[in-house]
Amino acid sequence: MESEPKGTQDQVHRSLADSIREGFEGNTFGDVMVVGGGISGVQASLDLAASGFKVYLVDKAPAIGGHMAQLDKTFPTNDCSI
Amino acid sequence: MTLVRKPRYILEDQCTGCTTCVEYCPVVYPDPFNQEISTNKAIHIYFAQAVPLITYIDESCLYLKEKKCGICEDVCENDAIDFNQTAEEVEVKVGAILLAPGFEPFDPKAGNHYGYGEMQNVVTSLDYERLMCATGPYEGEIRRASDKKHPQKIAWIQCVGSRQVNPPGGNSYCSAVCCTYTQKQVILTKDHNPDAECTVFHNDIRSHGKDFERFYQRAEELPGIRFIRSYVSIGKEIPESKNVTIRYATPDEGVKEEEFEMVVLSIGLNPPADAVRLAEELGIELNPHGFCEVNPKNPMETTKPGIFVSGAFQGPIDIPESVFSASGACSQCGELLDYRRGKLSRERIYPPERDVSGEEPRIGIFVCHCGANIGRIVDVPSVVEYAKTLPHVVYAQEQLFSCATNCAKEITDMTKEMGLNRVIIAACSPRTLGPLFQDTVREAGLNQYYLEMTNIREHCSWVHTMEKEDATEKARDLIRMSVARAAHLEPLQEIDLSVNPAALVVGAGVAGMTCALSIANQGHEVHLVERDHDLGGKARSIYQTLEGLDVQAYLRDLVHKVYQNPLIHVYTDATITDADGYVGNFATRVVSERGTTEIRHGATVLAVGADVYEPSEYLYGEDDRVMTLLQLEEQINRGSEKVTDAQGLVMIQCVGCRNEERNYCSRICCSESVKNALALKKINPEMDIYILYRDMRTYGFDEDYYREAADNGVKFIRYEPQDEPVVEAGESEEGRPVLKITTPDYILGKKVEIDADIVALAAALIPSAGSREVSQLFRVPLNPDGFFQEAHVKLRPVEFATDGVYLCGLAHYPKLLRETIEQAYGAASRVLTLLSHDAITASGSICEVDENVCIGCGQCVSTCAYGAVELHKTRQGKKAIVNPVLCKGDGLCTTKCPTRAIQLKHFTDDEIWAQIDAAVETAQIPSKI
Repeated sequence: MESEPKGTQDQVHRSLADSIREGFEGNTFGDVMVVGGGISGVQASLDLAASGFKVYLVDKAPAIGGHMAQLDKTFPTNDCSI
Repeated sequence: MTLVRKPRYILEDQCTGCTTCVEYCPVVYPDPFNQEISTNKAIHIYFAQAVPLITYIDESCLYLKEKKCGICEDVCENDAIDFNQTAEEVEVKVGAILLAPGFEPFDPKAGNHYGYGEMQNVVTSLDYERLMCATGPYEGEIRRASDKKHPQKIAWIQCVGSRQVNPPGGNSYCSAVCCTYTQKQVILTKDHNPDAECTVFHNDIRSHGKDFERFYQRAEELPGIRFIRSYVSIGKEIPESKNVTIRYATPDEGVKEEEFEMVVLSIGLNPPADAVRLAEELGIELNPHGFCEVNPKNPMETTKPGIFVSGAFQGPIDIPESVFSASGACSQCGELLDYRRGKLSRERIYPPERDVSGEEPRIGIFVCHCGANIGRIVDVPSVVEYAKTLPHVVYAQEQLFSCATNCAKEITDMTKEMGLNRVIIAACSPRTLGPLFQDTVREAGLNQYYLEMTNIREHCSWVHTMEKEDATEKARDLIRMSVARAAHLEPLQEIDLSVNPAALVVGAGVAGMTCALSIANQGHEVHLVERDHDLGGKARSIYQTLEGLDVQAYLRDLVHKVYQNPLIHVYTDATITDADGYVGNFATRVVSERGTTEIRHGATVLAVGADVYEPSEYLYGEDDRVMTLLQLEEQINRGSEKVTDAQGLVMIQCVGCRNEERNYCSRICCSESVKNALALKKINPEMDIYILYRDMRTYGFDEDYYREAADNGVKFIRYEPQDEPVVEAGESEEGRPVLKITTPDYILGKKVEIDADIVALAAALIPSAGSREVSQLFRVPLNPDGFFQEAHVKLRPVEFATDGVYLCGLAHYPKLLRETIEQAYGAASRVLTLLSHDAITASGSICEVDENVCIGCGQCVSTCAYGAVELHKTRQGKKAIVNPVLCKGDGLCTTKCPTRAIQLKHFTDDEIWAQIDAAVETAQIPSKI
């Protein structure tokens, strides 16, 4: 079997990568889904949005906040945790 | 990914959260948010400050069950109820997934632990949080279920569902947060009721977090507080009083049974309830405890590329770790998806600003009901009528929710239509919604500093719930004062500052290198500065982690990656001689093996690490058989026979910390001792190993290794600080030269003598020698122990109050390698939130000096915490000048200035005096005050 010239193979690779990238262009693969809207999920969503990403924040409860919202106050300043 | 959006049965755009429907709903149902202690309605808002602040209908609804009722539909004025909603499938395409599903509180009902569910006055710690909370079942009054009385005598039982192998039903790991949250609950209980008697039954007290040790002491020193180290069992419920007895044992008094009015179970953290399903759906693995299986080199990585994890799903962790692991995971999402950054966001364009400087004030007032929050207490319509009578007011109206999109648009529209040039919104605190309403007035073509907010919620309706008439009167007063101030408001300009996209990282240990790599992998240049000749920091003297990670191999790989990365510039043998500038535009002078370099950078990360305490105790430095844990680890790895052939080896914990001089816990030493003990037992199973400890603090999953060590015959003996072990050179019975260790054994009730060939000291981690200098150069604070002080212990753990300066690693506080790695990624993420923007906006509300009045006394200079004011020479002598970028607008300087030369814009003396003068009519002021 005749082996293809190297250049062609490179082109094949490049066009494959390009086509994947092009496929992403009109799409939303730059987005991030955050599962859970407790303190960790909320902080993550804020960081991601502030650094230029679109975020889908998903939570099973009807409001975000998680368990931290249930806490009365928090260590060490005894600030309200909301 | 396909998501299922559960029906809310509410049209989110139309519900205003007025809660009329809740009033009329006939279904009374235990409220899950209040731990089912109190009730709620089938239609309700999840909790008082919920986001979104709108109602939802749960499964207890009569209409949903039997097609009966439907009252809410009739009473809703906004037609927001929609019973036809069904579950909706939403498909999203994402480049990365971050799992932060948290934890499930341990359920003591399941294994019938301590009578929970059977005895009314036994509650969990989460129940107790709700009982203490102002929005809780009894509006912040701690009452017990049986008779609704305030309990006086309360007991806490620690480790419920944690550190438990027998009987089954609990978790073998330590939940890591319960000791400190219990101390918090004790302190808050004493705030509620100074006469309360609180008793905490505990195992080891695990105060391993930053400032935890002092917090423990604060709780312990309160009057009427007892901390009793004992296993306990529930005795009985007394039929008449419903009090509960607890059986416990103390060394002095033996077994006792004592009666308490309420018992709080300090429950631990279980994996999230749907962890198994989530793992199956996403194809990730769980660890044997049911939490997420993570990469030991990178605890934010799951077993599947592109799926990251943060928060308590990693294992039981506290809030700050949940926050920085979240940021850390974001930085890794950023590395993956950098090429898409910013492509999906949209820029906001405002209409041109109208010049109103020549106009008389035309004030418009919008008074918000905030649903029922304000409207139920304050008579809003009468306040609106009153507002119309005030000078310069040309328009006033009420709104149900000023912050709702339609209401905000109404404000914009009316501002344009009525030609308003000042807008007052009487609603909540400007801290929450100020920025939103500034936006609203900008949309109307007004400078945003023409907005004035009157806080008639936090300052009025919320604190005067019982005095409706007086609250209405106060709302009128507050609005009159705002009107007086608004007439003086001036337009201010905000400055756009360019951001230099490069970062400076100070310290090239694991923290600094990990942070530098993550920033560089997102396309930013990094200058990495190291004091030593070699990179690696403290990790150079660690060989293995408790989980078995080969630290030296990991470190070699990390150093290699740093040197390979074309965007990272490494400076070794470096000293920082000068640091200047401000967020986005720093200039730092570094003298290194490259010569003198002036580095310009937009962000700074301090990762200067920590040092190890050099003990003066226990013959250290006098007898070469006494060494630190790090030296022991080095000898184990070198295969030193002196260590591996030892017949007896004693480790002493808490050397150089948890004392008066260093009142903190070094966090990692208990795990380190267990690690070395296990390694030695593997090499020489015959070796007698003793660990003399005060509290074993193998928090989280490390508890399993503690148990393994005990199972392998490592002996753990507790000592107390007033009765420390004594180490002396001596001879064994066979005449072998040994070190003789005398220590109390509280279980045997006498002193024991141990012969050892080696004594290893768990020497404290102490702040790095250079940290004070670094803190002064970069103008960031240290805490009382000398570690760097973050902006907020819980919510901003990897940044300083000074904008653009971040922190990670041991410089923050002692921590394990995996925690350092997380924090380093976390700091990188925070850096990226700054550096991924070309410019940042500085507030217009900053201080300004009138040079004609300034006498150059410099009081403002010494007052400013941000170094924003300087003296400069003019022809009229020295004058103060404000750097508008550094000024935070706190106005402290204005209180010190003897000639009122320095003014805080937007809060000038004229504005504030006008507001104060309007507070009380002159006629009402008594002639003598």
